[in-house]
Amino acid sequence: MLVTEQEQLKAELQELATRHGRRRDALLPMVQEVQRRHGHVSSYAMQVIADLLDIHPVEVHSVVSFYSFLSARPLGRFVIRVCRTISCDMAGKDRVARQLENDLKIKFGETTPDGQFTLEWANCLGMCDQGPAILVNEQVFTGVTPEQVHGILEQCRRRFSAHALAQTAEHAV
Amino acid sequence: MISSRRGNFTFNGIAPEAGLKAALQKGRAGVIGELSASGLKGRGGAGFPTGVKWNLAAAAKSDVKYVVCNADEGEPGTFKDRVILSDFAPLVFEGMTIGGWAIGAKKGVLYLRGEYIYLRPHLEKVLAERRKQNLLGTKILGKDGFDFDIGIRMGSGAYVCGEETALIESLEGHRGEPRNRPPFPVDTGFQNKPTIVNNVETLTWAACILSKGAAWFKKIGTDKSAGLKLYSVSGDCTRPGVYEFPLGITVAKLLGEVGGENAKAVQVGGASGRCVPASEFARTLAFEDVPTGGSIIVFGPQRDMLRVARNFMDFFVEESCGQCTPCREGNVKLLEGLELLEEGRCSMRYLRELCALGETMAVASKCGLGQSSPTAFLSIVQHFQDELMGRMHGR
Ligand SMILES: Cc1cc2nc3c(=O)[nH]c(=O)nc-3n(C[C@H](O)[C@H](O)[C@H](O)COP(=O)(O)O)c2cc1C
Ligand code: SF4
Repeated sequence: MLVTEQEQLKAELQELATRHGRRRDALLPMVQEVQRRHGHVSSYAMQVIADLLDIHPVEVHSVVSFYSFLSARPLGRFVIRVCRTISCDMAGKDRVARQLENDLKIKFGETTPDGQFTLEWANCLGMCDQGPAILVNEQVFTGVTPEQVHGILEQCRRRFSAHALAQTAEHAV
Repeated sequence: MISSRRGNFTFNGIAPEAGLKAALQKGRAGVIGELSASGLKGRGGAGFPTGVKWNLAAAAKSDVKYVVCNADEGEPGTFKDRVILSDFAPLVFEGMTIGGWAIGAKKGVLYLRGEYIYLRPHLEKVLAERRKQNLLGTKILGKDGFDFDIGIRMGSGAYVCGEETALIESLEGHRGEPRNRPPFPVDTGFQNKPTIVNNVETLTWAACILSKGAAWFKKIGTDKSAGLKLYSVSGDCTRPGVYEFPLGITVAKLLGEVGGENAKAVQVGGASGRCVPASEFARTLAFEDVPTGGSIIVFGPQRDMLRVARNFMDFFVEESCGQCTPCREGNVKLLEGLELLEEGRCSMRYLRELCALGETMAVASKCGLGQSSPTAFLSIVQHFQDELMGRMHGR
């Protein structure tokens, strides 16, 4: 990581700590926000958070490793979570999962080489009456069919290029 | 996403804030008296009497207390809390506020599972509106000394955090590992302060009961299981969704309502619940018979019950927090046993040993996860042994 990037992250974390209070119970909201913005909680981030909350970095690591939505290694820009619980299973989640693997050319637990997509299993997403259900970052899709998979991925790609375009425009100003 | 609501919901007809106004009028003891008289028991699965819980927290001596709404809804097959939070959020917050009034708490926390993060903007908006209307904040509805506000905290994908002490650990910034109980949260809860942890639906009914009266609620349902309940129905039926029925309804009647008449079995209570075969469809959904937090998964005639058992066991192996041995090791053993069955290589003697292990786990595990994880396994083995044994692998 570049020094400037580290400094930027540190400033961000200081701001988060101020917002949530520099107390132990601020830990989860902080790491959740880091996960959301950066796709993972790096060991550098853990170190800074530990310093801010006056705890050992191992404590932060132990919390990050406990929760399935938090990750110490970088996840893709879009994390796709496929519900594997029995109702979605009976509704045909295996075929949706297979098609995701086919279209992304990765297996579950992996991230595409371009860092765009991560594929994961999820336990019950609470959409049991309209499975198969998948969660793409913070958006839920229900009644997904194998043939819809391509469209969902394209939607993500379009959203990313729109976002990237907006950022380039911003820099150009 | 389509709406999951099926049929009429009592929550629809409740006048806004009628429950909160009645609560302020009745006074703290009056609220707890009303809840106790209603017979309301926890809708999160364990069925603890809500009036008793609130009374213990009210009696605890402390100037700081908390109300926690358990919106972790992780039990497989359960989605009624999602529906309540989407469609009746004001009533949930009203229930929490009544709880705050009754026990003397100034702060409430709604612990929302990470999977439901898309509900958060809506919930924050409802909270902001309530602050504007002085339904939250200081001197609520003009009542001197009644200050209460609610914040939202997110989970991060851990089923065990639905267990109330694990939830508190998580709120405090720790791994979601359940604590020993006692002490119970009503005296040693969040930040070691007296805390009531209640399910979303429980709090919503509490608001309804204050609005419509304990007698109304008490005369619905059975003697030991009073009132109405939401059921999350999925699986092999023509009309899946969330339904409101009285407690004490038979499995058969429910199946008729949801279009699941030809089911061969129903999983009641999710992965940690039990599998009820067709021969027992006359049984009732009630705390004294087949208890449930409301998850109903219907299995049609063609379903492979071994695949069902395997799905649940995979779930528990993954979600066990690993703190205690019976659960951490036991679930793995049961899963390996199911793999042997799949391969057609499990002797009857070994299957019996596994059942004995399951019974040990139920008594020796530290929290409800390990205590209930063998239930599905045991009930499926009991009722569908014929279907499980002697499989011809790879044919
Ligand atoms: C493994 C496990 C998971 C649980 N998950 C939930 C849950 O998601 N929601 C819930 O309300 N209760 C859940 N419970 C029950 C809670 O521990 C607690 O009993 C409940 O929140 C109390 O609220 P109630 O009395 O209003 O039902 C769970 C219990 C266990 C053992
Ligand atoms: S029973 Fe399971 S989930 Fe509960 S404390 Fe023990 S290992 Fe953890």
